[in-house]
Amino acid sequence: MTTTTAPAPPGPWSVQRSSLASRIGSGSLLALAVALFAVPQILSANIVQQLTSLLIFLVLAVMWNALAGYAGLVSVGQQTFIGFGAYGTILLTQHGIQPYLAVVLASLASAVLAAALSLVVLRLRGGQFAVGTWVVAEALALFVMLDQSLGGGTGVSLQGLSGYAPEVRRAFTYWLTLAFAVLLLVALFLLLRHRTGAALQAIRDDEDAAASLGVRVRPLKFMLFVLAGFGCGAAGALTLANTLFIQPQSIFGVQWSAYMIFMVLVGGIGTFEGPILGAILFFTVQYFFADQGAWYLIGLGLTAVAFALFLPRGLWSLLHDRIHVQLLPVGYHLRRQPTAATGANPRET
Amino acid sequence: MSALSTPTAGPSHEEGPQPLLVGTGLVLNYGDLRVLDGVDFHVAPGEAVGIVGPNGAGKTTLLNALAGSVTPDQGSIRIEGRDVTALRPELRCRQGIGRAFQIPRPFGGMTVLENVLVGASFGTRLSRRATHRRCVEVLELCGLIDLANRRAEALGLLHRKRLELARSLATDPRVLLLDEIGGGLTDAEAAQLVTTVKSLRELGISIVWIEHIVHILVQVIDRLVCMDAGRVLAEGEPRAVLRDAHVVDAYLGRGGRD
Repeated sequence: MTTTTAPAPPGPWSVQRSSLASRIGSGSLLALAVALFAVPQILSANIVQQLTSLLIFLVLAVMWNALAGYAGLVSVGQQTFIGFGAYGTILLTQHGIQPYLAVVLASLASAVLAAALSLVVLRLRGGQFAVGTWVVAEALALFVMLDQSLGGGTGVSLQGLSGYAPEVRRAFTYWLTLAFAVLLLVALFLLLRHRTGAALQAIRDDEDAAASLGVRVRPLKFMLFVLAGFGCGAAGALTLANTLFIQPQSIFGVQWSAYMIFMVLVGGIGTFEGPILGAILFFTVQYFFADQGAWYLIGLGLTAVAFALFLPRGLWSLLHDRIHVQLLPVGYHLRRQPTAATGANPRET
Repeated sequence: MSALSTPTAGPSHEEGPQPLLVGTGLVLNYGDLRVLDGVDFHVAPGEAVGIVGPNGAGKTTLLNALAGSVTPDQGSIRIEGRDVTALRPELRCRQGIGRAFQIPRPFGGMTVLENVLVGASFGTRLSRRATHRRCVEVLELCGLIDLANRRAEALGLLHRKRLELARSLATDPRVLLLDEIGGGLTDAEAAQLVTTVKSLRELGISIVWIEHIVHILVQVIDRLVCMDAGRVLAEGEPRAVLRDAHVVDAYLGRGGRD
């Protein structure tokens, strides 16, 4: 009992960031992103439009995961920014701004809205925060419905894209959506790989314990809330550019939150790869079952509940735990360097 | 005397070394319940102080107040004379206060190494290379080096407790607040923990340790504080405090009847 803890030889340990698998993973993801830019040259305009909506779902899933998965902010009000981005685009084009430029500007305006709203909603915690964000979305929808210049309750079309041939328009919208998706994924990856990423994961797992270790929780929550405001605003603006017509009830509708929750819970909350998987899965489900009406929504809800109960870390955790795949190197690994493994005493040589 | 001192002169030097961490007249109410009722507490540099007392005496609340997770209704908390009463926990950590929770709260989704890395990165101002080196040192000191790449949620109780300690140690604290880190361990495991805490003292870190297992506590501490009903009942040399009639009545006697 005298020498209780067998001390490891004071070996040259080193902290490593990436493995061969993760290097191959990030390389192929990058190659895939580049390849996706070529899609409009190869596939039909209809498929391009479908892929655009898949990418929009991807953006939404990644943003909701950033909020709920890392900052612990379970929002059911991100449709605030989706609607704001879409109607912001309408408003800007009404003032003579080119539609695609309006999409970008409206996304930035959504980020500003998020920064302003954060003063109020980030004071709320847990369920209060969830409901609070929803209330903001409903209030905005009411304002839009009362404004006849924005089409009121009946909806409004995006003007100014009629000059383009449909294939060209769809290709442009697709490229812009892909650019947003890549931008947001890269931004989140860099954030997670930076030392901030460790803080975000710590907040995800235990906010108070993170604070007790010197992690400044509030600025990080603010940052993710603004990022998600930007991303969701972009998703709304791009939805408008993709479908050319929006109605306040649907663009500000709470079903967006339901979709986001579904994608993130099924794919794997609090992981980088999970929401990507969840978006692809959700898109497929929607493609085949969306015309089933209420049963489709019930099915989505039941699936999300089942995942929350029985596989809380989502489908990605199965892959991650079973075959130890990590596509992107955001973690840290401790390795003993080869000289120590041989067991030779360096002093003797 | 005061006329001679410069206006910017720091806190006055009375007898003995200046205390590192001082709580004065701490009062805290949860609704109608007064949890802290005028507690004075201090710990000197390098000193180890134990806190005992029955359940509900306010021990953990005192620790929470010192760490900044609750703000007292009255009274002040100072670190080396600087008032930190209103400082949030993350900033108090950077002032050199580390804490280990009673029920370990590992970041379950992260590895042991990553858990420690959070403390080393955000509680200190070290360079990246030095941060990594510190993690390795702390993991070796706490006997966790071989589990470094294990997910924290997969750890057993002993290793969770060690991780709790390692993580706050990584923030390079000047004083460590430990809350019943010996609870639920076997005698052998608790003995290992004592060895570890003793080695922390040799590094010059002050210790404030709440513990029910008194025979473990007295192996490490210089001074013992006994609390009851939100007040300090007795304090001083550990064995003298344990012989104190009030302490026997409030704490030890009650424990004996259980």
